[in-house]
Amino acid sequence: MSTPLLAVSGLTKRYRRGGKAVSAVNDVSFAIEPGETLALAGPSGSGKSTIARLVLRLIEPDAGTIQFEGGDFRSLGGAALRAKRARLQMVFQDPLAAFNPRATVARVLDDPLRIHDLASRTERPRRIAALLERVGLASDLAPRAIHEISGGQRQRVAIARAIATNPSLIVLDEAVSALDVSVRGQILDLLLDLQATERIAYLFISHDLGVVRAIAHRLAILDAGRIDESGDARAVIAAPQSAIGKALVAATPRLDRNTAL
Amino acid sequence: MTALLSIRDLSVAYRGNGVEVPALQGVSLEIEAGERLAIIGESGSGKSTLALAIAGLLPGAALVRGTIEWSVSQLQTSRSFTPPSVLPDISLARGEIGSFAVGSPPATLEIGESSDDSAISPLAREMSGRTEGGVKELQPKFVPLLGRDIGFVFQDPSASLDPVMAVGKQIAEVAHTHLNLGGPRAYAKARTLLERVRLPDPGAAMRAYPHQLSGGQKQRVVIAAAIAAGPRLLIADEATSALDTIVQAEIVSLIRRLVAEDGMTLLFISHDIALAAELAERIAVFRHGKLLELGTTAEIVNAPRHAYTRALLDAHLGLDTGPLRRIGAPA
Repeated sequence: MSTPLLAVSGLTKRYRRGGKAVSAVNDVSFAIEPGETLALAGPSGSGKSTIARLVLRLIEPDAGTIQFEGGDFRSLGGAALRAKRARLQMVFQDPLAAFNPRATVARVLDDPLRIHDLASRTERPRRIAALLERVGLASDLAPRAIHEISGGQRQRVAIARAIATNPSLIVLDEAVSALDVSVRGQILDLLLDLQATERIAYLFISHDLGVVRAIAHRLAILDAGRIDESGDARAVIAAPQSAIGKALVAATPRLDRNTAL
Repeated sequence: MTALLSIRDLSVAYRGNGVEVPALQGVSLEIEAGERLAIIGESGSGKSTLALAIAGLLPGAALVRGTIEWSVSQLQTSRSFTPPSVLPDISLARGEIGSFAVGSPPATLEIGESSDDSAISPLAREMSGRTEGGVKELQPKFVPLLGRDIGFVFQDPSASLDPVMAVGKQIAEVAHTHLNLGGPRAYAKARTLLERVRLPDPGAAMRAYPHQLSGGQKQRVVIAAAIAAGPRLLIADEATSALDTIVQAEIVSLIRRLVAEDGMTLLFISHDIALAAELAERIAVFRHGKLLELGTTAEIVNAPRHAYTRALLDAHLGLDTGPLRRIGAPA
């Protein structure tokens, strides 16, 4: 087997709460292959968002290694880290909180192109139009303010921004959780389409096993900062082995439980 | 079945920048006493506006037309009221669907022909644009009181609770205000309520402040306060949407139990059709401020009449449905 795109080993993050140490993430290890989707699922406080932030190096772990594209991601700093970050992008639940709400769509997409020196000033409008088109948005959306467009459009802009730097991995933290179901399906389709054409891998964090089942190849179920079980997403959901996996599956709403005619 | 309240041709519009934005348009529906009715819809469907209108919580600037008519006898039923043991009359429900689907004015339902003629109140609550003023003008007539006759649970429990008051006191205040209980009895009532919503260690929870509780525990406290005065109607507006799946299932099960124990009527507002289907006996589907269809849960899920309802069902990502999309092979 080739080197995984991302290999996380022994990842640990402790917080101090009320004078005692609490392990938000406790000795977590996983790997993601190129073009693969690994979902992290678990209840609130299970550590899934902390793992996302650790992988992105938005926060630093207390222990553990992160190998990304064959190199030690934790040892990078300065220009080398900035360059590598182009390959590792992120989309969060609420793009309104992630973006400057007064910025225009064009500005949000211009930033990564400029910062990573991916296109000249004259070339950038054309690249922005192409990015908008790639995520299914009309290019005349570019001058609009971020707060003026719909939630689904904003999440498409967030995805356009993420793919602007040609990443090999995108961390999606509850990226479709706040969307209406009809819009959610379109965004999941877009993510699958981008993965098929660009071979992007996803670390997909969600509390919703129905969504996980629709998009993920593999699934790791977390509880209290640990991975309790992992495997093929559909197999884990069909026959969970861990207590928390069983509880998550049992708690997922079903259309057929109460509706026999 | 007897209607707890009848909504007739209700329209609500909000004013913004000199423009009227319609939020609800010509909605008519009956909420049966003792039923669990779900209102489902996406953003902008008007589902929360409907809940606010029923609770009398619309902002003063809202433009309101139509009536919400309450059954006084149902509201005044004693606490020992037991829920009807029979399921809602489906043929009656079908009649309603028919009249709604064609967008005609609400049919006159023959509820009065049953034995309890008096159940339908002659005291219609005429909604005026100025909600607060309207309530005052109607003082001589009967107006259901939020907190006493209606319990309301919102999505974000932190926004419903006072952050600097112990939760026991917050619940006791409701008991004091609406049940006229004195201090010690109000606190005893609060403690009983915390036991009923199954908070671990209710004694300690009495003294806890909201920030010391988890999201699910806070929502249990809000539910305890909402049911403190023994309301006939419990409105839960996206009450579990901010909670994780496991806690959501626990809160839904808590609501189901409390509604059954107290014989309350439940209005459950949700964007999640599967969650609604697990809890409700009937489902009303809203879109763009209009009621598209209303039926028993089985009818809505298994035989939806409206294309939009079918689209919502198709968009549901379940654990037991077939593969909805092709996931490409990795690498």
